[in-house]
Amino acid sequence: MTTLIESQARPTGGTASNRSLRWMRDNLFSSPVNTAITLVCGYLIWQVLSTILSWTVFDASFAATKDACENISGACWAYVHQNARFILFGTFPEDEQWRSVLAIAMLISGVLISTNRRFWSVGLLVGWLVGLVVLYFVLAGGVLGLERVDTAHWGGLTLTLLLAVVGIGFAAPLALMLALGRRSEMPFVKVICVVVIEVFRGVPLISVLIMASVMFPLFLPEGVTVNKLLRAQVGIIFFQAAYLAEVFRGGMQAIPSGQYEAADSLGLSYWQKMGKIILPQALRLVIPPTMSTFISLLKDTSLVVIIGLFDLLATTKSAINDPAWRQQFLEGYVFIALIFFIMCFFLSRYSLKLDRDLKQGMSH
Amino acid sequence: MTQNQTNQAAANPVMTLLYDKTVRSIIYQILVFGGVFLMGWYLVNNTLTNLEQQDIATGFGFLEKEAAFGISESLIQYTPESSYGRALVVGVLNTLKVSITGIILATILGTFIGIGLVSKNWLLRFLGKTYIETFRNIPLLLQLFFWYSVVTNAFPSPRNALNPIDGVFLTNRGLYLPVPAENPVWTAVLIALVAGIAGFFLLRKWALKRLEATGEVFPYLSVGLGVIVAVPLLTWLVSGAPTELNTPELTGFNFSGGLNMSPEFFTLLLGLTVYTATYIAEIVRSGIQSVPKGQNEAATSLGLKPSWVMRLIILPQALRVIIPPMTNQYLNLTKNSSLAVAIGYPDLVSISNTTMNQTGQAVEAVVIFMSIYLSISLLISLFMNWYNKRMALVER
Amino acid sequence: MFKTLTSTAAATALSLTMVATGAQAGETVDSVRDKGYVQCGVNTALAGFSAATGGEWEGLDVDVCRAVAAAMFGDADAVRFTPLTAAQRFTALQSGEVDVLSRNTTWTTTRDTSLGLNFAGINYYDGQGFMVRKDLGVTSAKQLSGAAICVEPGTTTELNLADYFRANNMDFEPVVIENTTEVTAAFFSGRCDVYTTDASGLASARNVSAENPEDYVILPEIISKEPLGPVVRHGDDEWLDIVKWSHIAMIQAEEFGITSDNVDDMMDTDNPGIKRFLGVTPGMGEALGLDEKWAYNIVKQVGNYGESYQRNVTEKLGLERGLNALWTDGGLMYAFPIR
Repeated sequence: MTTLIESQARPTGGTASNRSLRWMRDNLFSSPVNTAITLVCGYLIWQVLSTILSWTVFDASFAATKDACENISGACWAYVHQNARFILFGTFPEDEQWRSVLAIAMLISGVLISTNRRFWSVGLLVGWLVGLVVLYFVLAGGVLGLERVDTAHWGGLTLTLLLAVVGIGFAAPLALMLALGRRSEMPFVKVICVVVIEVFRGVPLISVLIMASVMFPLFLPEGVTVNKLLRAQVGIIFFQAAYLAEVFRGGMQAIPSGQYEAADSLGLSYWQKMGKIILPQALRLVIPPTMSTFISLLKDTSLVVIIGLFDLLATTKSAINDPAWRQQFLEGYVFIALIFFIMCFFLSRYSLKLDRDLKQGMSH
Repeated sequence: MTQNQTNQAAANPVMTLLYDKTVRSIIYQILVFGGVFLMGWYLVNNTLTNLEQQDIATGFGFLEKEAAFGISESLIQYTPESSYGRALVVGVLNTLKVSITGIILATILGTFIGIGLVSKNWLLRFLGKTYIETFRNIPLLLQLFFWYSVVTNAFPSPRNALNPIDGVFLTNRGLYLPVPAENPVWTAVLIALVAGIAGFFLLRKWALKRLEATGEVFPYLSVGLGVIVAVPLLTWLVSGAPTELNTPELTGFNFSGGLNMSPEFFTLLLGLTVYTATYIAEIVRSGIQSVPKGQNEAATSLGLKPSWVMRLIILPQALRVIIPPMTNQYLNLTKNSSLAVAIGYPDLVSISNTTMNQTGQAVEAVVIFMSIYLSISLLISLFMNWYNKRMALVER
Repeated sequence: MFKTLTSTAAATALSLTMVATGAQAGETVDSVRDKGYVQCGVNTALAGFSAATGGEWEGLDVDVCRAVAAAMFGDADAVRFTPLTAAQRFTALQSGEVDVLSRNTTWTTTRDTSLGLNFAGINYYDGQGFMVRKDLGVTSAKQLSGAAICVEPGTTTELNLADYFRANNMDFEPVVIENTTEVTAAFFSGRCDVYTTDASGLASARNVSAENPEDYVILPEIISKEPLGPVVRHGDDEWLDIVKWSHIAMIQAEEFGITSDNVDDMMDTDNPGIKRFLGVTPGMGEALGLDEKWAYNIVKQVGNYGESYQRNVTEKLGLERGLNALWTDGGLMYAFPIR
């Protein structure tokens, strides 16, 4: 990675060009085999890149209406032009769209703030709770003269982020309990936690979602119904908590046993030991793996399309199935693939940075 | 509850008792048990009441009833006259079929990319990284929809099938390949192949034993591979070398004969392979990099051939790092194969879904397919644990 | 410790009361009345029957729900719609997620018995057909042996299809895709040779989802009987009555010649049957536990069956009344006496 950045940043001309020549010789043409590989790779990259570029840019139509797309061999970006609002926000009322945008901003900033250790305090927890309540009213309305919007109309990117962020928010405390339970010395508590963790990790998310959407209502007494969105959200939380619990357990295991023993010999109670000594160290360790769990969760939320929720993927599919746009399926998929890619790529880079900060903080 | 009352009656001794660690732990456990039990009882009770109140049929009797719906691809004999039980077995086998093929292909692809990631060539490394970042950061389901649209829209109808090689046809109904026509000889060849593989392992065992005992090197890999190829080949030649092929032919609407790979299976396999390979590549890379350079140098200076260095020094150590996360990826791939339901490949989930709707017995159907997935997961991790232990022993 | 104990006790007590209230409030009618609206399960997208165009749900099936809402609350808009796929519909009804399912659902023995459902009538007499591309040159379903056939899972269609090919000794390759929109998209993309569903659904797909409707032909064979109607779950007969008679009222209104335009004039009629129907002579509303103007509200706000059919099916799909004409015109629509 570093070589990549350096080589790009290096200016050309003068001695620098000599250096870049040397760099090329070392990295690309050091031996006949290496040269061959370079040539093959170069050809591959050229082929892929030229196909992609000519489709997305050179042969594409950027006009806002579909008429311009006749006799065009590349992409018809009018599709995105016409459908972007629907894809991003679903059937959320058009006049109230700013609320969707606000919700997205809240969700994203929530993630960024929470993963930064500088903001870790009780205040953050309170902030989360307050934030969730505010978020609910921003979307649902019904107060302060905001129009009521049924959850059935929450859709697109808003829903995707909502499921992922609220999912991880609630999964984290649950996972912490499960992880503590699994490491507990009480056999019964341990067994229950192991069973919960292993069952959820042993089945695919789609089966948990099907269960939440199909079976769960039968668990409740007649007349008591739980919103479909909430049911899916609860399913996601449990599923995610099981995975996160293993991440947390790994963090706790990484703390040297001397720490546990020291705490015990000071006569600290279990909760004091965990709350003051072990967890602060362990949780710091698990930020990067937690981030990657979050990234998988963000991608996995797309599965709710199968149980009929209107997330980013579902809105795109439904826009594609419009007979007028049926030929434009590539444009639709590429558009949201790009959205997912940007989000996930950025988050994984951010997580790497956190990891580096963490290592620096430890060595000091 | 009683604990609470005695508590108030005699405060002091009980309070000290309460601070006792074991007593405490017992109380906690009773509480947790009570909570879990009540919760479970509440849910089960509700479900039973609901089912009874609405006269919904219960029990697993439906498994023996006639399914009456068709399934597009099956590894065993299945017709609409078959039972729901058999339909579910078809689903399990289809899940296993796509998972196992996917695991093999993803491992191969992932290993190649992983090796590319540690290459000295900058461009190759760049290519590998780009591949990983691209396919890892896009949801698998989206990739599946994408490939499925491409396959069904971009390939021609059977009447205008692409015919790249004689006997091979590519259409929007799938890929059609010629297969050897039915002949008892092929069963014999298959048995010979199994025998050859068994022979390979026996040879390997013997060669390693001899290596340890006498230090003499026996090239078991090349000889062994020769055995695997030669035994079936000889069987085939001896039994008359039949070359008759069952070639796909356009009859009516579609091709018949030969081997058909449906677009759904193809899409799912492609998606699972491409997606999982990104994770496997990273695992392989970190496995290779986990072996210190000194090992390589030391082995070479002992005069070992490079291929032996790889096989005896690097791989066994790298595998110890690779196997646990690899198991996870294999499990993930198997679980991800359930996304089949979205593109209409008849896997376990999609057949359970249909069963659920035709019989109305959602609870039973969900219970069945969840326990099957749990068992598959458990089996794979048990097998991998066993394998892992074996690899760990090599360390000594 | 005390805290834990008390909170556990409280939780237990809470769960016990929940069981109790659950057992008492069994009635769907009560819960609908408390909510103030009818939760209705409809098709995700089936032009003519239920489709959300511009945020408004419309269609023949949607009108049944509106009629029930008009009868219950005097307001045809007191209804919320839950779009459901074929595979989701019954569990959604069984679990109470929807109060009534009006989603082109065929009345069969299994559904009436082991699924624990009650059909409240038939609002469309249909039959299963096949659609193919014209350029395949197929003229009869008997020529379909070996074809790839697109079908929605969890439907009677899926079963009839297997039966029909079995009976005629033909093979087929099922391509099973959930969700009406998805399965039609797969058919139009060329994944299958044939699309099979109820004849009305075929017309809907051809007229609304095909790029060139003329490229497709619906084969003459109708291979099954598909009586489609609204469904409720077992356990509340009062609710079944309301849904059943709301539906019948629409047919009765057409028999009487009452439309949404002339219903106010009809209030002054001398016909005792119409007076009873519109609540001028009281009694029917009370019997159903509804307002006496229940039928008036249905006709005024939703229209009679013929109006609904004209507006949704004839205009959008171009289908004639056929079996769905009134019995007096040679069809099967026959209202039971409201008295």
